[in-house]
Amino acid sequence: MTSVFLLAFLVVIAVAIVRMRDLLAVSMLLGIYGLLSASFFVTMDAVDVAFTEASVGAGISTLLMLAAITLTGRSEHPTRHKPVLALFVVLITGCLLIYGTLDMPYFGSADAPIHLHVAPHYINNSMQEIGIPNIVTSVLASYRGFDTFGEVVVIFTAGMGVLALLSVVRRAENITKIDSINDSMHAEYLILRIVVKALIPFILLYALYVQFHGDFGPGGGFQAGVIFAAAIILYAMLFGMSTARRVINQSVIQFFAAIGVLLYGSVGVVALINGKSFLDYSALSADPVAGQHLGILLVELGVGLTVASVMVIIFFNFEGRRDVLQSQENNHKGDN
Amino acid sequence: MLIGLYNYWVVVVLMMIGFYIVIANGNLIKKIVGLSIFQTSVFIFYISMAKVDGGTAPILAEGIKQYSNPLPHVLILTAIVVGIATTAVGLALAVRIKEAYGSIEEEEIQAKDNLDC
Repeated sequence: MTSVFLLAFLVVIAVAIVRMRDLLAVSMLLGIYGLLSASFFVTMDAVDVAFTEASVGAGISTLLMLAAITLTGRSEHPTRHKPVLALFVVLITGCLLIYGTLDMPYFGSADAPIHLHVAPHYINNSMQEIGIPNIVTSVLASYRGFDTFGEVVVIFTAGMGVLALLSVVRRAENITKIDSINDSMHAEYLILRIVVKALIPFILLYALYVQFHGDFGPGGGFQAGVIFAAAIILYAMLFGMSTARRVINQSVIQFFAAIGVLLYGSVGVVALINGKSFLDYSALSADPVAGQHLGILLVELGVGLTVASVMVIIFFNFEGRRDVLQSQENNHKGDN
Repeated sequence: MLIGLYNYWVVVVLMMIGFYIVIANGNLIKKIVGLSIFQTSVFIFYISMAKVDGGTAPILAEGIKQYSNPLPHVLILTAIVVGIATTAVGLALAVRIKEAYGSIEEEEIQAKDNLDC
């Protein structure tokens, strides 16, 4: 029943996003949209998905949107052409899709085709074959490990794409200048800074818990990576980019992003060398189940490393771009 | 039928709202927002299909007979993180377009391109 209302709210927010011209408000609404869909996923029993959506949809994605808006401008121009044609296309497509749903099995029915093919195997046999309680983690890291490897490579590639598009060569920053900025900012947001400083170790610790407890409860490399990155981004937002750049070395982070993918891939190659299929973790140890445990641990670690590093790379490059543009503007003003 | 297909109909409505934003708005950032609404509607579609009546979260425990389908959960979990990574690339492209053209409105970019020809 809750899910019915959550879905109705989602539609309301989507309509509000269509009508809104202020992009700041749009990105805030998108954050709410993400949080609501995360709550919906909880009511649908998809706890792992809800976890990911809450940290990504309501957290990181709103931040990135804001970072992009500071660079591109906040308001949207009203369009001059009439939206009637677009509305017509959308209505026709929508009607056809609704017609398509009429043949679908009803919501929640246990005999729908989707539940009859591979899912029973995962539910009934994963405990003997993989030996961990969270079926989602078994499927993610072991049964469909090759698939997940592809996803990690996509995330890595996206990080490299942002790096190629936005990275700027920066001169070594003057440390005394940074110190003076820090002193001038010291009086502002004092409470926020002190509270956050105390909070960051707990966020990092929680990320590690999510990373290593993923076998038993909701969690795993994807969620942990995003939470870990969120802690670093929070620090960068409150203490300024120049301070954060001194704490977090960018080339080390880029190195970690590559190491994560490499770790995942090499687990697969070790399985190959031991005479089994690529990413068949039972080759990693004499006891197949122990091998699965070890394999999943390493693979999830690789995922966590790559996801956290790529998120940090993306955020730092957006913010770095803004710093450069601002200093260029100041120089122009100085010339005039 | 109304209750049985309600989730899927909401998915279609959300999908079409996202689609409408993508084709009717000229602002590139707004288009990316439209894409993420579209994307989330697909997530909702998959997760709705995975739900089984009386089922519970797919984490094995004593005394539970019915679990929801774990496979769509896995597909969507990874899709969410990939989605944010690709959205970031889209936003980065928008930022570069703003630097090159001084605008992220489709019509103004087109006008500038026409002038150059």
